[in-house]
Amino acid sequence: MQALYGQLLVGLINGSFYALLSLGLAVIFGMLNIINFAHGALYMMGAFTAYFLLQYGGLNYWWALLLAPLIVGAFGMLLERTLLRWLQGLDPLYGLLLTFGLALVIQGIFQNYFGSSGMPYAMPSELRGGVNLGFMYLPIYRGWVVVVSLIVCLATWYLIERTRLGAYLRAATENPTLVRAFGINVPLMITLTYGLGVGLAALAGVLSAPINQVGPLMGADLIIVVFAVVVIGGMGSIMGSIITGFALGVIEGLTKYFYPEASNTVVFVLMVLVLLVRPSGLTGRAN
Amino acid sequence: MATITENATPTKNRSMADEIVGFIIMAVLLAAVPLTGIYPYFVMQALCFSLFACAFNLLIGYSGLLSFGHSMFLGTASYFTAYTLKSWGVPPVVGILIGVAAAAVLSVITGAIAIRRQGIYFAMITLALSQLMFFIYLRAPFTGGEDGIQGIPQGTLFGIFDLSHTNTLYYFVLTMFLLAFLLIHRIVNSPFGEVLKSIRENEPRAISLGYKVDQYKLMAFILSGTLAGLAGSMKMFVTQNASLTDVHWTMSGEVVLMTLVGGLGTSFGPIVGAFIIVAMQQYLASFGQWVMVMQGAVFIICVLTFRRGIVGEIAHYFKRSL
Repeated sequence: MQALYGQLLVGLINGSFYALLSLGLAVIFGMLNIINFAHGALYMMGAFTAYFLLQYGGLNYWWALLLAPLIVGAFGMLLERTLLRWLQGLDPLYGLLLTFGLALVIQGIFQNYFGSSGMPYAMPSELRGGVNLGFMYLPIYRGWVVVVSLIVCLATWYLIERTRLGAYLRAATENPTLVRAFGINVPLMITLTYGLGVGLAALAGVLSAPINQVGPLMGADLIIVVFAVVVIGGMGSIMGSIITGFALGVIEGLTKYFYPEASNTVVFVLMVLVLLVRPSGLTGRAN
Repeated sequence: MATITENATPTKNRSMADEIVGFIIMAVLLAAVPLTGIYPYFVMQALCFSLFACAFNLLIGYSGLLSFGHSMFLGTASYFTAYTLKSWGVPPVVGILIGVAAAAVLSVITGAIAIRRQGIYFAMITLALSQLMFFIYLRAPFTGGEDGIQGIPQGTLFGIFDLSHTNTLYYFVLTMFLLAFLLIHRIVNSPFGEVLKSIRENEPRAISLGYKVDQYKLMAFILSGTLAGLAGSMKMFVTQNASLTDVHWTMSGEVVLMTLVGGLGTSFGPIVGAFIIVAMQQYLASFGQWVMVMQGAVFIICVLTFRRGIVGEIAHYFKRSL
């Protein structure tokens, strides 16, 4: 049973990353009509920013948790202003191709300087160790990742679905021209939205740094799994992305316990099943 | 909203003539390669990728579906041909047929799943499916895992042509490439191809005219996947190995890049793109990971500045159909 709970916890952690990343993809897609292929690379940049801050800036994990999403988010906004802006009104596939190119550039640069292997990032001393819950041993850091991700996901949901700013955002998604006519700066909102999505990816990167090693390829395969998560959940609903992300992480964890051979592929197999049964995804509308 | 293929083919009578002239020039130039001292293996590899890109272009250029998982067909055919040649000792033609058949079966299955969604979802689904195949081949007993299948005998074609001889292999690869090119040209200019283009331009209208668009899309996907498989089988004869690189998503990205650089929806664009990208990899190999950075930069530049691609821009400027 210990092992089962252990795998469930690992599943929840992976689920946290899926949720944070697919949430960002959904927010960006809603506003920019672009599937951000560079999301995995920006997640990797988040982890690397934390590493740089510690190595060269002497700033610890807590600072990284705050600063890395801001730095990488700002970088994302720069990308949006300089590159993605030119794709407005074009087929969304061009956005996919452009961000794929971006991912190659970012990943290639990091691989050039840091090789393909990962570097360790020390766990903050406050979150080391673990507690015995009676039925299982819970490493504190792992519990922390799940809790922080959940809070951030729900806060994002609240921001978009329940605040005035979120209402502007949703309105601009539906009809940008009309919202602009009301005097709201839609281009600025698009930039901020992209920054928010990228910031969420970077935050996931910082959270994962002490668990998974910091390496240039950490986001490359992850983004493909997240794409499958997005296909399963659909991008129509924020809450849908969060729930699908966590649920798939848990299912993956269970698979690791019961049938480890399939743990790499279970999300893709589920995607196939969902497409066969409900082609438009679990929460999404047909596009 | 602009569609992904801005290379609208002019439907004048001379458009066919342009393509025939282009084809003859290309065939003559390629047939003369062994006389010129250009490294034949480079050209052979470029021809295999040209065929791969032409097959990919059949899908994106004429039905508007962007597959981000075409490496699975290339890799599947490559593995099946390699395995049957090496372990069963079948003749080359049988090996190719088995490889292409495997790619065809895979494209029927994956196509039936992927065409359930359009646009970016289609791209994400094909990418996820090819990643699924990647993990399957990583663990499958016959693929040799991380090592792949190495040192495959090329065999003797029809018992006459020794394919381990460089020039014989070259003309074999060239013949297959030219035949496949003509086949694709025939498909694109058939009534079937016209219906595909109409679906690309306006799907609801095609539906209202009574066309079963899903069947057309699936057929285009199967043809594209099968021809990509042929490219994979041919590539195996050139490189004499089959490995996980062939099924990795980077390979799918490369074929997208080749077609984009040359020109989506043009006849000769994928070939020009394939030669450029293969040359880039060959001559810039010493730069290591910078090649990846350059490829990414080419992607960005293409999407931002010349979405018609090289051949597409030329064709547009001279108002020709290439």
